[in-house]
Amino acid sequence: MASTRQFRESRPPTADQGFSVSRGLTAWKRCAVLWWLSLRSFWLSLWMVTVSMLLGSRPGAGLLPSTVRMIRRLADRQRHLAKEWSGIEIPAVYEDLPTGNRGVALRSQLLARNNQIWRDWRWATLDPIVGPLIAIGPFALVLSGFWGLLTAVFGAELSKQWDSIWFLFIPVQNVPTAVLAGVLGVLMFPLALWTAPRSVHWHSRYLRAMLAPSESEMMAHRIEHLTTTRSDAVDTQMAELRRIERDLHDGAQARLVAMGMTLDAAERLLETNPEAVRTLLAEARQSSSKALEELRDLVRGIHPPILADRGLADAVRSLALTCPIKSEVAIDLPRRPEPPLESAAYFAVSEILTNATKHSGAERVWIDLRHDAGQLRISITDDGRGGADASGGSGLHGIERRLATFDGVLAVSSPLGGPTIVTMELPCALSSQKTTFS
Amino acid sequence: MRVVLAEDHFLLRDGLSRLLEAYQHEVVATVDNGPELLSALIDVVPDVAIVDVRLPPAFSDEGLRASVEARSRIPGLPILLLSQYVEPLYAHELLATGSEGVGYVLKDRVTNGTQFMSTIQRVAEGGTAMDPEVVSQLLIRKDRDEHMGSLTQREREVLECVAQGRSNAGIAEALFITEKAVAKHISNIFSKLGMPPSDTDNRRVLAVLAYLNR
Repeated sequence: MASTRQFRESRPPTADQGFSVSRGLTAWKRCAVLWWLSLRSFWLSLWMVTVSMLLGSRPGAGLLPSTVRMIRRLADRQRHLAKEWSGIEIPAVYEDLPTGNRGVALRSQLLARNNQIWRDWRWATLDPIVGPLIAIGPFALVLSGFWGLLTAVFGAELSKQWDSIWFLFIPVQNVPTAVLAGVLGVLMFPLALWTAPRSVHWHSRYLRAMLAPSESEMMAHRIEHLTTTRSDAVDTQMAELRRIERDLHDGAQARLVAMGMTLDAAERLLETNPEAVRTLLAEARQSSSKALEELRDLVRGIHPPILADRGLADAVRSLALTCPIKSEVAIDLPRRPEPPLESAAYFAVSEILTNATKHSGAERVWIDLRHDAGQLRISITDDGRGGADASGGSGLHGIERRLATFDGVLAVSSPLGGPTIVTMELPCALSSQKTTFS
Repeated sequence: MRVVLAEDHFLLRDGLSRLLEAYQHEVVATVDNGPELLSALIDVVPDVAIVDVRLPPAFSDEGLRASVEARSRIPGLPILLLSQYVEPLYAHELLATGSEGVGYVLKDRVTNGTQFMSTIQRVAEGGTAMDPEVVSQLLIRKDRDEHMGSLTQREREVLECVAQGRSNAGIAEALFITEKAVAKHISNIFSKLGMPPSDTDNRRVLAVLAYLNR
């Protein structure tokens, strides 16, 4: 099931078991980062209190979108770190907001509870306290270790001047207790290194408990996604069928009718005017080859023969071969994906290349296609002028919608001045059919 | 000429063999699937084979595969591929087996009997025949090539004809110009594209196709 799949922990099994100095040191540094992030959530929570108090008023609602954005950025960073460091994937389900009056929409979400905004908000309030508490272990142990060493050296002497010096449970008064404190103090350091990876892992688990949506919420979100993409898919398919019907009606069908009429005229003139018949027959032949040409174009648009014959890899190579921009293709695809997905990926690549040719002014384009960890990844880079926008009315949005049917995503990076990088990822399994023959 | 014919569509197969016989060629074998085609090509070694790209059993590119395989065993075996559509990648693969005695044209071309017969003749004699459609698709890629940009419209048309494998006489006929003018255009094209002049028709096609494939 999709929702449980996302909770899967993909970290290596020994990540927080056993003991290793280098891993301990890394984790120790990570704890420091977590501390630093908690400090940020502390400042943020102060601001949140201010905004909360104004929430009922207009300015409060006005401040809400930017505040929510800040919290989300911090939460996103934490989610990312949890995945990176502990292999714990924390899904986030943000609802789409209406374009106008975001503040009011966000307020009603906050008040309604049990949604991502509310969970983020709750987490950011608690994190200044809970976050450092979890990450404090390794620091405390190191400090305690230093204190142990300090008391071992100076403890016996100092205890004469002060009443008593304690290290943990030991009153350091003489040489034996000083030695004991020293030994224990030294032991604190490996203990800190042993604790650090565990603290990082606990922190990630705490984060998941705070931020992850409930099973039913994930399911609801999934259902919503499926409903939208299904209706998109149906719409696209309908539009495709309409286009094919129109193309056939205006193209091949009309030409065949014309051809029939020409042949009929030729038949009538056969006796009286053989010379005219010759021109009419030539005309009929021209009509037939036109009709064939149109049918060929139509077929290419429905399902390119090369895709059916050879699969995605060669079909993309063929696209590159006929692309006016100089192209380089790198493909690592041991087997063929499912046909519907192949077709979606092919048309996406084709459309992106057409866009690049028309708008980018690029001289070169690089196509990279590979299958990796259950994902089909395609990236297309051009050295053009950049400035492509997926959210605008461009074809990119259409591609994004069609890929969504396959749970695929599209990302565009296109700063002004280029380069433009379009990346697509589609979850897919490969069939046993080989892509090329040799 | 002894011809092997591979076509799974009954009407077309029948029509083609009648057309060939009308021109006094002998159809020594007709096959309708990939595996049989390969064995026929190797057993019969025809003067020319006319092969549909898409054949049973899988209806993908069996015809092309069998042809490539046969040409690797019998170098220079003349083969003319027919297809409902042309695919530059296939042209690429076919030409990789050597460009002598190969052709790749649309099925539509059979409607012009005389021209189709001369295409077959050319392939059988070790020449090259590329469909205008293949050539124009290859040319799309060269649209931004600076050398290509320096060609005049007429020179470009001549280049297309050369790539299709036509002779000087054929080009003159197609473009309604004199053979002398054709020769002049060709020498201009070769110097503009920086290619060494070639004496024979076939070396010339080779040079142009290599340039377009680059």
